[in-house]
Amino acid sequence: MNARTRLPSPEGHSSSGEAPRTPRGTCQSRRTFLRRAGGGLSFALVFGPAGLAARRTDSPDILDALVGADAPGSRPAEHPFGAWVRIATDGQVLIYNPAAEMGQGSMTALPVILAEEMDADWDRVRIEHSPVEPGVYGRSWGGGRGRGGSMMTAGSMAVRGYYMNLRLAGAQIRRVLLDNVAREWGVPPGELTTGPGVVVHAESGRRISYGEVAAFAEVPDELPEVSEADLKSPADFRLIGHSVPRRDVPAKTDGSAIFAMDVQVPDMLYGVIARAPVHEARPASFNEAEVRGKPGVVGTVTLDYGVGVVAETVEEAFAARDAMGIEWAGGARAEGFDSVAALGAYTGIADGESRGRPLSERGDVGAALEAAAARYEADYFNDYVYHAQMEPLGAVASVNAAGDGAEVWAGTQAPDMARAAVARELGVAVEQVTFHPCYLGGGLGRRTMADYIVEAVQLSRSVRRPVKLIWTREDDLRYGAFRPMSLQRLTAGVDSGGNLTAWTHTVVGDGRGLLASGISIGYYDIPNQRIEMRGASHGVRTKHWRAVGHGPNKFAIEAFIDDIARGEGIDPVELRRTLLGGSPRGVAVLDEVAEMAGWGAEPPSGRARGVAFVERSGTLAAGVAEISLDETSGRIRVHRFWCAADGGTIVQPRNARAQIEGGIVNGLSTALFERLTLRGGRVEQSNFHDYSILRMSDMPDIDVRFIPSTEPPMGMGEPGVPVAAGAVANAFAALTGRPLRHMPFTPERVLEALNG
Amino acid sequence: MPTTFTLNGKPVTSDAPGNAMLLWVLRERLGMTGTRFGCGVGECGACTVHLDGDPVHACRLRLSRVAGREITTIEGLSKDRSHALQQAWIEEEVPQCGYCQSGQLMQAASLLAANPSPTREEIVSHMDGVLCRCGTYGRIIRAIERASAVNTAPAGRTR
Repeated sequence: MNARTRLPSPEGHSSSGEAPRTPRGTCQSRRTFLRRAGGGLSFALVFGPAGLAARRTDSPDILDALVGADAPGSRPAEHPFGAWVRIATDGQVLIYNPAAEMGQGSMTALPVILAEEMDADWDRVRIEHSPVEPGVYGRSWGGGRGRGGSMMTAGSMAVRGYYMNLRLAGAQIRRVLLDNVAREWGVPPGELTTGPGVVVHAESGRRISYGEVAAFAEVPDELPEVSEADLKSPADFRLIGHSVPRRDVPAKTDGSAIFAMDVQVPDMLYGVIARAPVHEARPASFNEAEVRGKPGVVGTVTLDYGVGVVAETVEEAFAARDAMGIEWAGGARAEGFDSVAALGAYTGIADGESRGRPLSERGDVGAALEAAAARYEADYFNDYVYHAQMEPLGAVASVNAAGDGAEVWAGTQAPDMARAAVARELGVAVEQVTFHPCYLGGGLGRRTMADYIVEAVQLSRSVRRPVKLIWTREDDLRYGAFRPMSLQRLTAGVDSGGNLTAWTHTVVGDGRGLLASGISIGYYDIPNQRIEMRGASHGVRTKHWRAVGHGPNKFAIEAFIDDIARGEGIDPVELRRTLLGGSPRGVAVLDEVAEMAGWGAEPPSGRARGVAFVERSGTLAAGVAEISLDETSGRIRVHRFWCAADGGTIVQPRNARAQIEGGIVNGLSTALFERLTLRGGRVEQSNFHDYSILRMSDMPDIDVRFIPSTEPPMGMGEPGVPVAAGAVANAFAALTGRPLRHMPFTPERVLEALNG
Repeated sequence: MPTTFTLNGKPVTSDAPGNAMLLWVLRERLGMTGTRFGCGVGECGACTVHLDGDPVHACRLRLSRVAGREITTIEGLSKDRSHALQQAWIEEEVPQCGYCQSGQLMQAASLLAANPSPTREEIVSHMDGVLCRCGTYGRIIRAIERASAVNTAPAGRTR
């Protein structure tokens, strides 16, 4: 059955003003279990048909499970505490996915890993979102085996962080099944093998399905110990490395996928917030009486940085907001802030005598620069960048009548942190908050914050009815939390033998760790290095943005490497190959992309190529851009982009390619178009007409290849981002002999570079 | 005054104000949430629906303007994901976050309805107003080409 058929459809002449709001669209149905994890690897295995049978549908789609479970009249089945997997007696295997699904495909990739080792029949696997229970479903940040803790989906960490734990858990489940069959049949476990969804005894020719085993199996209190030696050999993988279709895709082709924006619950109201035009400014007063008197208005709420209004309909909420007439109190830190002037002033900070925070130091840079035969220096600039995820922020919250509990529906990269933030806001235990994770209409780091979820709770608390909080695009952009602008100052020294012997990199900006990510170049063999950060403070909200500081830092680093290559008359690939001398994997990636792009062969007339190499999330990636330039308009066109990456084991090759492609597209978008500025403390852009992102007509042909590997998987979501800008800048320099040192490379800046 | 129009082949009446935007009427009053809110100003295309067969931005279309006319949303593209574009979207695994894809599909459907065998340039030119943040553009182009090939293949030779 199609999930969509469960949504209320306009039947005949439905009257809309009082349209019945059928309960539906809940992103997730089960009540969240409240007990804490016991410790160790928090894995439990639960057999039996309970719960699952009630929700069986004809389609394997996740959406059927998510929506179907909430169909009127059906009670959500209880989720057994700690269960990662449930095997029903009919052979269905339900696997709980702990990661946010924001388009990166973890919802499918993680269950694939577990199903691989347990030898499940993938056609019988169903996937549901796990409860928001970090003690059970969280992961360690390192990615190794061990206790979980965080359910944040960020930093390209989902597959990397869960890989070994899920493989071991899958192997444990398989072992339990084998032990049960061995006992039942009176044969040694060592004589049994498994195929997809079946246990086989080759000697007697007997076979039994996992569902049949589930009917009699007992699960020991302590699951059997397994080690990495018990895992499958990669040569035996049936799922890992084989491009299993993503389970979320069908529902994303017919409109039935449920994002937070789509959730409706009975008696629901609509909320919007007028937020401060200067970040963190406080409202001093507003037309409260007038707003409260507007049609449909149910309540207003004064927040630290804005005023919210709740009304019966979307239209009434927007109309009421227009009438607010808020006076803002002075004194916000960002008041009067001018980002263009501030970025210009960063050079003064970089010039200053006072050293910043050292990030890494190696050898004696001062002496090496002193002794250098040639010295290079360049400043690179990056503007503020906005997330621009396609689904504007929003959430649905329902605070109970007593105000001591809430139910929340939201798309978030960190449901555990969001749930805790809601509990803090209400001053209640986290168990009082039921959290329903929805699909995310993009994350890019913005949805690691819980501000928009807490706001929905604040509005609902004020009226004690469910509220759907809507952020408009203008809200989303102006009250964003941006990738910080920065200055990157690089210097280098080359000795008389042409060896790069000294390297300094000073980053200046307001964003601390956001600026530091990606600044180290451990993979380049340069004996003397000094890398430091110098802070500024503007009161403008900043946040992780896909690949974080790698975008700006790798742009500067890779463009500078090409500056040096040009100065020394060395081929840019050759120079990088020399610098990567200690990294055979790095050299392999570089050579692969050079081969893909036909590096060395003459590009088509009017075009040039540039190369860049990066490390992000453990993945090594090299990219080559082929561009042309309209010298009249200053417009750069990227025609081709080749990328080679070594990310260890590629769990889902087709999806991994899509992730690298998407990263490159984001990277090119920031390289060419994306620019956010503030003046008088206010964000100057408001929507897609003045904040451009890459369009289809700007899209190059992208080729991605992975280096075959059986090493553990590394991140796929982000490495495509930082490889883009440097490659484009280097192609531009190859084409024109001029460097581009300020991202984005807008036509104005391109013309300036050409004529300057 | 109530407004009556045809939605996915069925007559519907809404008593939302005539100046309400169709997008919110569809989503919040008629339960058709497949049409997405992306920008509210006709700049991103996530809310693309068909008005008498032509692609329009539901976020900029007032309810009063659709009186007596025919609206098709993603929910009406097919009953069962059987539209050639939907099949191609699945086969090419186009969506990532998926939020823009209703608009992409409705925009693409209007292209193929008028031009069953578009060139790549025609595809890009027709689709350029629908933004995708995940970077699925290349797959969208391939999926449209695939659906076009299916639709125009002689009988008995469809894939």
